[in-house]
Amino acid sequence: MLIEHSETILAVRDLTASVNGIPILNGLNLEVKAGEVHAIMGRNGSGKSTFSKVLAGHPDYEVTGGTLTYLGQDLLGMAPEQRAQAGLFLAFQYPLEIPGVSNLDFLRLACNSRRRYLGLSELDPLDFDDFIQAKLEIVEIDPAFLQRSVNEGFSGGEKKRNEILQMALLEPRLGVLDEIDSGLDIDALRIVAKGVNTLASPQNSTIVITHYQRLLDYILPDYVHVMEAGKITITGDRSLALELEERGYAWTEDAPEPLEIA
Amino acid sequence: MSSPVSTLVNQPYKYGFVTDIESDTIPRGLSEDVIRLISAKKQEPEFLLEFRLRAYRQWLQMSPPTWQSVTYPPINYQDIIYYSAPKQVAKKKGLEEVDPELLSTFEKLGIPLSEQKRLANVAVDAIFDSVSVATTFKEKLAEQGVIFCSISEAVREYPDLIKKYLGTVVPSADNYYAALNSAVFTDGSFVYIPRDTVCPMELSTYFRINNGDTGQFERTLIVADCGSQVSYLEGCTAPMYDTNQLHAAVVELVALDHAQIKYSTVQNWYAGDAQGRGGIYNFVTKRGLCQGVNSKISWTQVETGSAITWKYPSCVLVGEGSVGEFYSVALTNHYQQADTGTKMVHVGPNTRSTIVSKGISAGHSRNSYRGLVKMGPKARGARNYSQCDSMLIGHEAQANTFPYIQVQHPQARVEHEASTSKIGEDQLFYFQQRGIPLEEAVSLMISGFCRDVFNQLPMEFAVEADRLLGLKLEGSVG
Ligand SMILES: Nc1ncnc2c1ncn2[C@@H]1O[C@H](COP(=O)(O)OP(=O)(O)O)[C@@H](O)[C@H]1O
Ligand SMILES: [Mg+2]
Repeated sequence: MLIEHSETILAVRDLTASVNGIPILNGLNLEVKAGEVHAIMGRNGSGKSTFSKVLAGHPDYEVTGGTLTYLGQDLLGMAPEQRAQAGLFLAFQYPLEIPGVSNLDFLRLACNSRRRYLGLSELDPLDFDDFIQAKLEIVEIDPAFLQRSVNEGFSGGEKKRNEILQMALLEPRLGVLDEIDSGLDIDALRIVAKGVNTLASPQNSTIVITHYQRLLDYILPDYVHVMEAGKITITGDRSLALELEERGYAWTEDAPEPLEIA
Repeated sequence: MSSPVSTLVNQPYKYGFVTDIESDTIPRGLSEDVIRLISAKKQEPEFLLEFRLRAYRQWLQMSPPTWQSVTYPPINYQDIIYYSAPKQVAKKKGLEEVDPELLSTFEKLGIPLSEQKRLANVAVDAIFDSVSVATTFKEKLAEQGVIFCSISEAVREYPDLIKKYLGTVVPSADNYYAALNSAVFTDGSFVYIPRDTVCPMELSTYFRINNGDTGQFERTLIVADCGSQVSYLEGCTAPMYDTNQLHAAVVELVALDHAQIKYSTVQNWYAGDAQGRGGIYNFVTKRGLCQGVNSKISWTQVETGSAITWKYPSCVLVGEGSVGEFYSVALTNHYQQADTGTKMVHVGPNTRSTIVSKGISAGHSRNSYRGLVKMGPKARGARNYSQCDSMLIGHEAQANTFPYIQVQHPQARVEHEASTSKIGEDQLFYFQQRGIPLEEAVSLMISGFCRDVFNQLPMEFAVEADRLLGLKLEGSVG
């Protein structure tokens, strides 16, 4: 939702970043305010996941220029776990499997690290059990999943739901969802989208990264951005996604930049 | 670009201090005269001197093993001091007579020996360099007929038991280091649990090498008579010296009919520094004999220290239906080398054994599991299950698995599973992205990896072992 005079959650200015010395992001600009949902679309390899990793502070990605400001703080000075504790959440395109670590322990530790940051009391295992019940319902996850190792042997859809469960527990200010729709059938897609929509509020904001317009039938974005060769080349509203679907990404290459379609 | 997640600080070895204490030390070197001197200092009976001299003569004929996957320069056995004892200790009646400096050393190590601060329900034998300095709860144990004392004392007080069992499980010529130990061992613990007695508390020996040039050659013997049970734990630390020190121990366990012995080790000898200078050579022979029917011997080890570890706690399963178990976590970091595993020798019918080995290698270390499962010609219906998992941290570490299987009975069954995994940088990033810092992420993954073994440790020690692994790995991820 668009809210007048709302707080800026994320401001990205002229961001450039490289991996193994190869430039991937080439002057990316983006501003996200509280309450807003932004969609970033773009071809495979255009740098969408790279952008999400840079936001989260993945050590393989080196920021070579520009600024990243999150809730008024310089993100570049913060360790990955500090960014997470401060409410920046990344739903991974490929969630990792962690053998030997129970999902329940993992979720509780993650949740308590965020609560500590927020000055809330930590939840002991019993309290956490209660706390998580309601969250499980949001993403329709069977409690039996809590006893298993993190993501180990989960199906693609189960991993994605587990990501949204984590988002529900951590109550982030900024959720970055990288291809949360990939590999999901239509039912799973609905569940995931419902989860995301349930968690949306006027205080927080969401960036959904996707390839397909399909997801945007369920998660309604306020802005749609097209990413091309490591920067945002077009910004528009929901109709841009439809147009992209109709005309393909090739069409955007003809556009003079930066192009605003309002 | 900086190597990912390589920035953690290394936790210094906190047991590396030296105690300044006056000691009675004999000159360097080894000869029959030195052995006679040790035996005389300990006022030993003739049979033991004979035992030592026989072993020494056998040792002279032997050469060090070379098949293990470790490398080190040849050891000069004439450069080692074979006996060093804190001076006043000659004969102590109670703890009041023990040098307060010694008591405070053990206190610093977290092993309070003084009456007021004793570990609840754990009896401790504390060994400092070559001798036992104190044994707690002796009287209380004696009420049940349990003998727990230093092996020197046992030689004097219970010579018949020593004569009957010493060297029966690990014969003096068993291997090079066992022969050396049999010739020069100075102290260690002795345990005897009488028939049908469940030992009322945990027994524990704590070894401390203090002197820089002393070898430590301790000898432990545990005998569980018919129907008895005991749980025993050993721990060890040493100061940091930049030269290597030799530790060549022998442990023998004997379980008679229906008896059970559970032997746990948390080994934290000084491992050398990050460049591989110094540290203990831990060349140890541990073996248990399940002599009686339905007897059981269970080894649990958490090996984190030493520059080199060479050690195969084994079970010889003679009694019908006897059970051998080996649960091991071996962690190596920096330039440590470990070649460790077990031997399960199934002699009797319907014997069973379980092997669970978890190797963790970080830094430039080398970590090998080596295990033998042997089903003898009479081992009808015998079964073994082995599981060997390795975890690699970083790119320079090595892990190897050498399983040897010999089956001489058609109705014996052997199962072996193995896996190798790696702590991935992306896995760690996943933790961090959920607000969980690196150290915590690593220790969670390691605990998960080791859980099957830690579950076998007595409760207090499981927590300690978990924490210890976490400390050891700090700085190793990347
Ligand atoms: N860790 C990496 N190592 C090497 N190249 C990478 C790495 N991550 C991304 N790239 C490269 O960066 C480009 C953008 O990739 P990515 O951000 O995954 O795109 P998208 O998510 O839009 O499909 C691609 O050419 C990809 O090969
Ligand atoms: Mg991607």
